[in-house]
Amino acid sequence: MRRLPRKDILGLEEISTQEMDIILATARSMKELVQSPVKKESSLKGKVVINLFYEPSTRTRSSFELAGKYLGGDVINITTATSSVVKGESLLDTARTILMMGCDVLVVRHSSSGSPHFLAQHLSCSVINAGDGMHEHPTQGLLDLFTIRDQLGSVAGKRVVILGDVAHSRVARSNIWALTKFGAKVTVCGPKTLIPVEVRSLGVEVSYDADTALAEADVINVLRLQLERQHKGLFPSIREYHAGWGLNQRRLNLAKPGALVLHPGPMNRGVEISSDIADGDQSLIEEQVTNGVAIRMALLHLLVGEVARDE
Amino acid sequence: MSKLSLTVFPNYQEAAGELTSFSPSLLLQKGRLLDPQQGLDAVGDVRLQGDKIVQVGNNLPPLAGERVVSCQGLVLAPGFIDMHVHLREPGYEYKEDIASGSQAALAGGFAQICCMPNTYPICDNRSVVEFIKQQAAHANGAIVWPIAAITKGEAGYELSEMVELRQAGVVAFSDDGRPVINGEVMRNALEYSSMLGVPVISHLEDPYLSEGRVMHHGAVSTRLGLKGIPAAAEEIMAYRDLQLAKLVDGQIHLAHLSAAGTVELLRQGKERGIKASGEVTVHHLLLTHEMVAESGYDSNTKVNPPLRTEEDRQALLVGLREGVIDAIVTDHAPHHLDDKRMDFDGAAFGISGLDVAVALILSRLVSRGELSLERMITAFTTGPAQILGLTPPSLTPGSSANITVLDLQLTQEIAATALKSKGKNMPYLGWTLTGWPVMTIVRGKLYAHPSLA
Ligand SMILES: [Zn+2]
Repeated sequence: MRRLPRKDILGLEEISTQEMDIILATARSMKELVQSPVKKESSLKGKVVINLFYEPSTRTRSSFELAGKYLGGDVINITTATSSVVKGESLLDTARTILMMGCDVLVVRHSSSGSPHFLAQHLSCSVINAGDGMHEHPTQGLLDLFTIRDQLGSVAGKRVVILGDVAHSRVARSNIWALTKFGAKVTVCGPKTLIPVEVRSLGVEVSYDADTALAEADVINVLRLQLERQHKGLFPSIREYHAGWGLNQRRLNLAKPGALVLHPGPMNRGVEISSDIADGDQSLIEEQVTNGVAIRMALLHLLVGEVARDE
Repeated sequence: MSKLSLTVFPNYQEAAGELTSFSPSLLLQKGRLLDPQQGLDAVGDVRLQGDKIVQVGNNLPPLAGERVVSCQGLVLAPGFIDMHVHLREPGYEYKEDIASGSQAALAGGFAQICCMPNTYPICDNRSVVEFIKQQAAHANGAIVWPIAAITKGEAGYELSEMVELRQAGVVAFSDDGRPVINGEVMRNALEYSSMLGVPVISHLEDPYLSEGRVMHHGAVSTRLGLKGIPAAAEEIMAYRDLQLAKLVDGQIHLAHLSAAGTVELLRQGKERGIKASGEVTVHHLLLTHEMVAESGYDSNTKVNPPLRTEEDRQALLVGLREGVIDAIVTDHAPHHLDDKRMDFDGAAFGISGLDVAVALILSRLVSRGELSLERMITAFTTGPAQILGLTPPSLTPGSSANITVLDLQLTQEIAATALKSKGKNMPYLGWTLTGWPVMTIVRGKLYAHPSLA
């Protein structure tokens, strides 16, 4: 009973606005379920969701886990610490073993871009990309879109600044696809070493000056900075990064009044975002977490769930 | 065509006695003889005796007991050379061995191939060279010329024993698979090898710009989130090596050009009188980085140097047409399925190519008018021969009986099961090509493509 014309969710590049509208509408009703006192549905009853995580992630993994459980499915977590990955088993063999155990949806996170595509080509179950290398993090892109629409109604014509390490960010790419497809004006901003010039081909503006980029922004999506990038010589120091591209109160004041602040987490407080902003009125960071569960419920439901009686 | 029902015939051994006792001679009748170096393009007959071409002419009357093969409608060209292949033996026989690789060469229309030294152990000493020659002699395949390492163990420090290696029969020196990082070592290699009259083949790669990177750096890598190798990683080393060759009057050959900038550097280098040459692979002539996206991260598109942009591809084609680039090669890099069937970052670099290279060039470039048949033949014969100091293949009487026979009309699909190479790792599987090599003659021995059986 799939209501999306696809087996897998690998990236937002290939997902149409119509499909995203379906996903977001479903997520809307899922959010009501999450916020209700009794969070049990049975759409995923008898279905097995397996989280296969090759990178540590508490947030995304538990979000998928709760999403599956709220819908009555069985969810199993396999992380690198517990899996036979450490014994040198290949990605495909691990996934095939999982499939043979009777998996309906494989949620995979891997440090190598394209690995969910590789698995999807070889496995008959649905594959959801929970973040692949520097490529895409489609559920994050959808939940960010959901969160922004929740506040602004529509993103068409809105100015969204993606601030930080765009080069290495799968969150950035999924956000760019989701937002530009719905007509948002997206600017990516960060130090030049973290913004590949070719990113323009994705339909975004590029800026290296945060003060200029933030002027008239409706939304600021702050990316997590991987601190080890400094040792690779991509920027000189945390201090200089924060001074140049960190989101603080002075910079936020340059944006439109009431501009929305998002961050995919986990945050480096005082590096890419100062604490007062993260915890301030304009921050939607906690809202994003709840919406993340709703989006993941929507996807699981749309990919393998039973059609509800009232539909 | 029923005469060609044997896959390999006559299955001569090297010994002259056996050769003559099997058949006195072989007559190839009414083929289109195409030997650009001689300015020859005419229908005619070629008679082979032993390992030599003995007669070329019109309507040669068959001799008593002579084997006659009709070549009507086929092109007879001097036997092709692929100067850049990886045969994996010794050490990685599960990927390829000298027998399977040299037979893939035959099937693909190559009479001679040159194998790179990055085996295990590395071909950096006489005993490995002798081993390769011995295996090749028993392989019933194309002629195999070993290339030895520039430095011991391809480690980049001490020169290999180049004089002895040359005496053992190597035709070039290369640390292919990795660059010679230290400019001083490269300088010495070029200077020392210039006593021997063979080139140093440089694998152009600044490792600091390529480490951990898996495809061309550009719009596609940005979209796919794959780490990109910039063209500068190649261009920087090309310029360094050209300058070093100039400094010591050495002979430099630039391996697998992939970037427009490198073509330009080679052009300028030649104009400045540097003893420089260059090669381009079949995959760089045909494919671009878009293929990585179109294939959905298929690791068979992962190759080093990476597939680059359409502008780069066009520049390579122009360079080849104009003779800036001297040779077409496969950089045949066979891998086992286990080395490729994984995520893109983890998969091995390389494309298997010997079986299909000539057919790909014929079908995708020559038949579309992007490359002349004559230029293709030169880039597979005289081009590499001159670089390596080999006798240029020729159809003139007295030449070695090495001949490549092409059927420009034959249409066939590339099927993994038909490949002689153990390496099925190529992004061309399922492609239908028109124009195939159908016979390869090596030292008078004739190999007919199984499709004619
Ligand atoms: Zn190489």
